[in-house]
Amino acid sequence: MKISPEEEIMGSFSIKFERFWQVFYDHNGYVRVLEGLKNTITIAIFGLIIGVIIGTAIAAIEVSPKKSIFARILNRLCIFYVGLFRGTPIVVQLLVTYYVALPLLGINMTPVNVCVLVFGLNSGAYVSEIMRGGILSVDPGQMEAGRALGLSYGITMIKVVVPQAVKNILPTIGNEFIALIKETSVVSFVGALDLYVAFNYIGTNNYEFMVPYLVMALIYIVLVMFISFLIKTMERSLRRSDRSSKS
Amino acid sequence: MIEVVNLSLNYGDLKVLKDISFTIEQGEKIAIIGPSGSGKSTLLRCLNCMEEPSSGSIIFEGDDIADSSVDLNLHRRSMGMVFQQFNLFNNKTVIDNIMMAPLHIGLHNLRKMKWQNILLKLRNLFSKEKKPLNEISSTPAQIKAEIKDSAMSLLRRIGLEDKKDVYPSTLSGGEKQRIAIVRALAMNPKVMLFDEPTSSLDPEMVGEVLDLIRVLADEGMTMVIVTHEMGFAKEVATRVLFMDDGRIAEDSPPEKLFSDPQNPRTKEFLSKVKAL
Repeated sequence: MKISPEEEIMGSFSIKFERFWQVFYDHNGYVRVLEGLKNTITIAIFGLIIGVIIGTAIAAIEVSPKKSIFARILNRLCIFYVGLFRGTPIVVQLLVTYYVALPLLGINMTPVNVCVLVFGLNSGAYVSEIMRGGILSVDPGQMEAGRALGLSYGITMIKVVVPQAVKNILPTIGNEFIALIKETSVVSFVGALDLYVAFNYIGTNNYEFMVPYLVMALIYIVLVMFISFLIKTMERSLRRSDRSSKS
Repeated sequence: MIEVVNLSLNYGDLKVLKDISFTIEQGEKIAIIGPSGSGKSTLLRCLNCMEEPSSGSIIFEGDDIADSSVDLNLHRRSMGMVFQQFNLFNNKTVIDNIMMAPLHIGLHNLRKMKWQNILLKLRNLFSKEKKPLNEISSTPAQIKAEIKDSAMSLLRRIGLEDKKDVYPSTLSGGEKQRIAIVRALAMNPKVMLFDEPTSSLDPEMVGEVLDLIRVLADEGMTMVIVTHEMGFAKEVATRVLFMDDGRIAEDSPPEKLFSDPQNPRTKEFLSKVKAL
């Protein structure tokens, strides 16, 4: 009996899938996948949180009136920081931090924590640019009104300007989060277990990579689509608060 | 109350204010009028240092606030300012707009006193001479309740207490400006600065804002108003400054300035305004 090329591909695919399933389910490969998923999400979320904090601080320094020498030095440092982290690939930053900076400082950290730190520092540089645009998009009259009431620059920034800026840039911050999720696929360089490492392990088990990597791609897509949906919902509810009463 | 001495302000080569000196006494209502570009708003914004003067000084309650060593924020708390564009905080409800600054300052002072007490206690442990502690009579909740009460009574006064939980974007221009005025009043200022308070309002809303300012004037509030409403300036002001090209061209009571202007520029300006 002759089989057509399509049937051959489908047939071999089903065998491949069976092999994948064997490792994934019967040999508990899914435990690693879940662990990898957890690490991927942890690194992205905590990286973003650190990034937003650092980014907001840098942006606030960059847009502030630079009257004192201290403010000017701080501003120089921020420019240097942003240049450093935007001018080198994230993989290089990971490797340098893990194999150069931390050993020199004598600090011991788990690979996942190192990744959280580096992704946070890295995204801080990008978020600062986003946040700067957001802060500049807020009507300067808002700052003036706060200052005229006798509040300091910092307090007015925190209580009035930054909340409005965050609302304006929420979609862009969402994009940054999605970018982070995707960028975490390089954390295996310092030995952290993420989705890629988990599926690579499954593939290596029987030298069969087609199905594992396909499933990995699907997981990334579903994850990103889910996050986009969350951001859209959040944006809509924020916009509603603009128009109607609080109750 | 406020003494302006030899005030000048330049933006690069452009001289906006040229060597201005005048004094504002307690209870005076000063209207600043003049053609656009004459520096009226800039002068007003210099009074609480929203614009930093290039030279000269502004003496408020004995301190030169143009000097960078004084605590400007402290002095600004007793100078209310109302803007042409209202500038209500868009991310806060009406009541939060009014309460924000007093609440922050109240809580901040309370925290500061508590810290001082801790330091005093430590000191008293080691020195023979015992210093008395600050008396702290109120809790944060009490401060908040007090400030909320006074904010509500301010809102009631302008008849907008039912708007307390809405965001500024749903209000009309007149409502926004009246709320901006009571937001400034919530700090119990000693002087109010109005920067063209009615210039960006629809005509039918000008009246309600002017009425509120008139009531404040009748209560004896010291105020400085930059305005294009000549009728209002004539009625409320005790003194009118006519500004032209960065200088005070004429400074006299409204009856005199409007009926018998001395300066040719004032005459020209008033005749143009009347012709409209």
